[in-house]
Amino acid sequence: MFKKFTKDDIHTRSNVKSSIQRALKSKLVAQYPKLESTIDDILPKKSQLVLYKCEDKIQLYLIDNEVVFFQQFDELIPSLTLVHKYPDAFPSVQVDRGAIKFVLSGANIMCPGLTSAGAKLPEEPLEKETTVTIYAEGKQHAMAVGKLLMSTDEIKSVNKGIGIELFHHLGDGLWMYHE
Amino acid sequence: MSEIETVQPVKVIYCQVCTFPVEYCEFGKLFKKCKTSLESTNPELYESMYSDSAKPQGSSLSAEREAKMTESLAKMQLKEERKLEREMEELQKSKVLIKRIQRTKHKAVISIAGLEVFGVDMKSLAKTFASKFATGASVTKNAEKKDEVVIQGDVGDEVEAYLTGILAEKGMVNVKVEQVSEKKPKKKASTT
Repeated sequence: MFKKFTKDDIHTRSNVKSSIQRALKSKLVAQYPKLESTIDDILPKKSQLVLYKCEDKIQLYLIDNEVVFFQQFDELIPSLTLVHKYPDAFPSVQVDRGAIKFVLSGANIMCPGLTSAGAKLPEEPLEKETTVTIYAEGKQHAMAVGKLLMSTDEIKSVNKGIGIELFHHLGDGLWMYHE
Repeated sequence: MSEIETVQPVKVIYCQVCTFPVEYCEFGKLFKKCKTSLESTNPELYESMYSDSAKPQGSSLSAEREAKMTESLAKMQLKEERKLEREMEELQKSKVLIKRIQRTKHKAVISIAGLEVFGVDMKSLAKTFASKFATGASVTKNAEKKDEVVIQGDVGDEVEAYLTGILAEKGMVNVKVEQVSEKKPKKKASTT
């Protein structure tokens, strides 16, 4: 999604109304219930949220020039900086060491990388289309954010093809974006 | 996993070179540089990560695959290093062209080309010039579709001094700043 992303891809910048900001906040909590306790730290009441509308209908939400989350269609997707700060708030999967290299260059994640010895899928099954954060074997922090293209049960049983579509990873255009 | 009380944000240490969390440096493109910078900024962490006692923790990959991966990573890093070197060289070779273009007998404009490779913000530069010299200054595109700063008034020497100043600040001392004058404004602009 952000393989190439530069300043030129930003079309408009505007401040978000506080009423809309409130709505976003509740939406974020609805999507990631574990964020509830920290939502006021992520989106402080008095803060000014800025909305960047970008190429391909991507919308970025920023506070203090830092991307907090973004959305392409309806789903709100946390940026990696947010994931790093609150790692427990999002559903997560882990890939094996061999896959790190490819994920960091923006590849979608294949099922075998999620089922092999070094990888971990969460115990409770996740539905298809869930936004997940992607961790790596032997590493502490998240390295990517993506969307499940199959439910985790399916991944285990099929074990073939693309399991996660990658949205955002370390070193991509959004990660490198700084004002 | 989840606490009921407010969770404090986790502080992640990012690498100053590749901006990744430090543990991912080994997959970055500038691993060697990352290592040296971490060694100087955070020796304790460096010790715990890269000293011989701290070997890769529990990799599930077979030794063969691990070796293969390390090799390909090394290759990529080498490539990137070479590329950076080349770019740096190019940067050193490139020069800034300050052109004096005569408008009428006693009036001239100064156009500055070839600055974009140094990562200078042209717009703000034009603004500083405008206020510095109390003249009009703007950013325009030249014949080669490259940005250049055009300043009204014959201020070539001052501009040269200023530019060498800011370039030296960025650590590019060897960059040539060249002044040429041009009688007819329609002559082709030459950016090198």
